[in-house]
Amino acid sequence: MRPFSYERAGDAAQAAARAAEVEGAKFIAGGTNLLDLMKLEIETPVHLIDVNGLGLDEISATDDGGLRIGALVSNTDLAAHETVRRDYGVLSRALVAGASGQLRNKATTAGNLLQRTRCPYFYDTAQPCNKREPGSGCGALSEGAFSRQLGVIGTSDSCIATHPSDMAVAMRALDVTVETITPVGMTRQIPLADFHKLPGDTPEQENALMPGEIITAVTLPAPVGGTHAYHKVRDRSSYAFALVSVALIRQPDGTGRVALGGVAPKPWRSDEADAELPNGARAVMARLLDGARPTEENAFKITLAERTLAAMLAEE
Amino acid sequence: MEFNEPAGENVFDHSKVVGRPTPRVDGPLKVSGRAPYAYERHDVAEGQLVGYPVVSTIAQGRITNMETEAALNAPGVVAIVTTLETGEMPIPSDMNVAPLFGGAEVAHYHQAIGVVVADTLEQARAAAALIKVDYDVTKGSYDLEAAWQEKREDRSDPVSRVGDFEAAFEAAEVTLDQEYRTPSQSHAMMEPHASIAAWKDGKLTVWTSNQMIEWTRQALATTLEMDPEDVRIDSPFIGGGFGSKLFLRADSVLAALGARKAGRPVKVMLPRPMVMNNTTHRASTIQRIRIGAQQDGKITAIAHEAISHTFPGGDGENAISQTQKFYAGENRLIVKHLAEMHLPEANAMRAPGEAAGLMALEIAMDEMAEKLGMDPAEFRAINDTQVDPEDPDKPFSERHFVECLNRGSEAFGWGDRNATPGQRRDGNWLIGHGMAGAYRGSPAQDSGARVRLQPDGRLIVETDMTDIGTGSYTIIAQTAAETMGLPLDMVEVRLGDSDFPVSAGSGGQWGAASSTAGTYAACLALRSEIAKKIGVNDTDSLTFKNAGVRTGEKQMTLASIASEGEIVAEYTMEFSDSRDEEIVSTFAAHFVEVGVHVATGEIRLRRMLAACDAGRILNPITARSQVIGGMVMGVGAAMMEDLAIDEGRGFFVTHDLANYEVPVHMDIPDQEVIFLDTLDPQSSPLKAKGVGELGLCGVAAAVANAVYNATGVRVRDYPVTLDKYLDQLPAV
Repeated sequence: MRPFSYERAGDAAQAAARAAEVEGAKFIAGGTNLLDLMKLEIETPVHLIDVNGLGLDEISATDDGGLRIGALVSNTDLAAHETVRRDYGVLSRALVAGASGQLRNKATTAGNLLQRTRCPYFYDTAQPCNKREPGSGCGALSEGAFSRQLGVIGTSDSCIATHPSDMAVAMRALDVTVETITPVGMTRQIPLADFHKLPGDTPEQENALMPGEIITAVTLPAPVGGTHAYHKVRDRSSYAFALVSVALIRQPDGTGRVALGGVAPKPWRSDEADAELPNGARAVMARLLDGARPTEENAFKITLAERTLAAMLAEE
Repeated sequence: MEFNEPAGENVFDHSKVVGRPTPRVDGPLKVSGRAPYAYERHDVAEGQLVGYPVVSTIAQGRITNMETEAALNAPGVVAIVTTLETGEMPIPSDMNVAPLFGGAEVAHYHQAIGVVVADTLEQARAAAALIKVDYDVTKGSYDLEAAWQEKREDRSDPVSRVGDFEAAFEAAEVTLDQEYRTPSQSHAMMEPHASIAAWKDGKLTVWTSNQMIEWTRQALATTLEMDPEDVRIDSPFIGGGFGSKLFLRADSVLAALGARKAGRPVKVMLPRPMVMNNTTHRASTIQRIRIGAQQDGKITAIAHEAISHTFPGGDGENAISQTQKFYAGENRLIVKHLAEMHLPEANAMRAPGEAAGLMALEIAMDEMAEKLGMDPAEFRAINDTQVDPEDPDKPFSERHFVECLNRGSEAFGWGDRNATPGQRRDGNWLIGHGMAGAYRGSPAQDSGARVRLQPDGRLIVETDMTDIGTGSYTIIAQTAAETMGLPLDMVEVRLGDSDFPVSAGSGGQWGAASSTAGTYAACLALRSEIAKKIGVNDTDSLTFKNAGVRTGEKQMTLASIASEGEIVAEYTMEFSDSRDEEIVSTFAAHFVEVGVHVATGEIRLRRMLAACDAGRILNPITARSQVIGGMVMGVGAAMMEDLAIDEGRGFFVTHDLANYEVPVHMDIPDQEVIFLDTLDPQSSPLKAKGVGELGLCGVAAAVANAVYNATGVRVRDYPVTLDKYLDQLPAV
């Protein structure tokens, strides 16, 4: 860990302005991912702006019947919120499928969206990684590499890392919007679909945030009803990242929404695939995973995604 | 004192303490955070600095330059030691092959090549990252499959051959010929390797976390080219070892070198990725097993041929060992191959040999039973043997494997299972049952102790024996209390200090039987001292009871006898070769019920049971802990543990506990352990054997066999993860 300076911010606009002003500054909230990355010198901020005092820890109703979740609401509190449990069950279930109780107590809503990949080549600074060190190559795509856990779609020749969040997969199914404030005090509304970027040739650019821009809230639209389910498949029963996870919202008429985790650099969903839901899991996955480029070791994820959805559809 | 004939009747046959369920005596220290673990021993040496290891980032080659100036100028840095400045250092012992430190050659990934000593951990770590290293990289060899293809048909140097395997296999009515694969595994003990080193007047003290104190004292002296008398090791509490801490490791060497250069005590801990890639691991294996039997189930031919990787000059994983002894069969062939690879050093991990070997053999036995249309427990019972199948003149001392099978079957309800795979269902879950046999040798090592009767009547036991979470403190206290007629709370046990008499240490599941024997020997010597003190010639005429001693009508307290000053006795129990005239081993049968999700292939264990034949059970609580811990490790081996190798760059990719998964609480169901509590006079004066490694043996195969019974898909490549059978599960 490199030496860094530290300040506590008292207001979001001011925090954003400070972050833009100090080169190499980063926000810190729960720190469950950032601190680990700093110890390994994968993240090397010279200045930390502690945003825990910004007060963005409320969940409130919106005028159009949805919920506005403050950026600093903990994963534990969000999962336990009565309205979330009742009207956005997929989100509550995805949250409790993630990490451990201790981590969920510290992890925040905005931090969860911004957590970085758990690709082992990203984590080992002795290995090449285009995301960590642009231009150094992709360790996971080199000969003899171990890629079982990594992405099968939306990846590129530069990077096959996945986004590790469960929460974001459910949020993608719910079509949430990310609210931000920029260093010049402007607010933005970014649909989650547009928030995370695909790697292309620039896997180090992971989201749509501008330098210094800070997430203030995530907004859930009015409840869409239906039956909510989240199935996370992993090698052990708890405390592991998904091999594949499926978020499903299904309406009584058989229509609905499907989002996948564990397969791509961002929560993976498409309108075309959703439209196939009445036709079953195979039809959905044929669309949703069309163009997949798995490695030999992770090709099973395609079968697994389809079978998992099929089981969820059969469950009612 | 020599153990040179089977134990006769002794104090343990009328025991009041040994054999009773006794909560561990060190429990309160541990649950209140007061047990002094190595890295937290802030009180043992003043002015401690922190060392952070610098490790190689290539797997093989040569260091051409190390640029340390920026690190030396970094905040808080006191000293830096590099591998180039020390030059080559001796290999620590003949039980190790990889160098721990010194010289320009890099033999494996994360080999220690330096240590940065600073005021704080953060400063040392940050400075270590500033050191720039230039290498000439050499391409190493990491492909076990290729090595196997080369050696698969080479039987020119078998471990053993009995009868004519080939002819018998050819003639057998039912045969099996299959290959099985086990991955490299990490010990993944909770506490990483850690040491604090301090020099004083040319003498070195290392507070560390180590299973084998004397081995390590000698190894550290050898490495640093010192007189062993000038080295002291202290390791009273160890947060798990599983073989990873049998030997001197780089943490101690780096702490010693750093402390010498800094002129102050230095502590070093290995971060988890270095535990995986710097220290030792269980080697991966490929195993071919052939079994031939008659229709009645009697094995007529059995061959086990295995290859494992090894660091050049090492011994790999001895996966064939149990097959030499476990099952009957007149014609036998055992072949072991090694593939030298430039991975970190493969060495002992809990039940070295048997753990990996039984993962294969016990699937093979299950497959064979199915081919024969026979209950797999019955098939094993039919092939039980009371003598060494390679040398029928040599009997097992005590072998109650069939009783394990019977007792386990009955308690588990094995008879109620459906032998046809894929037939039982509970909602989305395919239900399967599996079983496996377990075999693990039970060696003994010479073990010494010193006992000190205090003026207040308390007894202090001192031995360099270690407690790696196993319960050594407790069983040694029980043994001393039993022999001296003391209540347990009047015995204090002190372990892990090289100033104490040399013991067996903890390894190879020899610790319990050996160290209690040493304690017993020392206590017998103390009895003689007490006899002398009270003027009695015949020690055997004394009765030690209720913290006192009685001779004829005369009765006095031990406190009164020692009132003028402590009475000390020291003795070593030596195990003579006569112990090996019979095979002293432990046996078990494991039974498992699993659910396999019909769509996703996720495995969830439902219940597990082990029936164990492991001599006198000294303490049913700590013995059970050992066995259920072993069962958990077996679940890990079956379902998830895999030190995945990057064959391009030659390192273990899954080098942290996020990627190298071990079971969590939710993975472990109800566990039941049955001990037969058979006595084995051939083994030790307490008629006890080891149990810590037995608990692991066979478990993974029982799980794999249960998954087969659930799904009808046979996976012979561990870990049994869903990607290996998903496409063969029923359509959803």
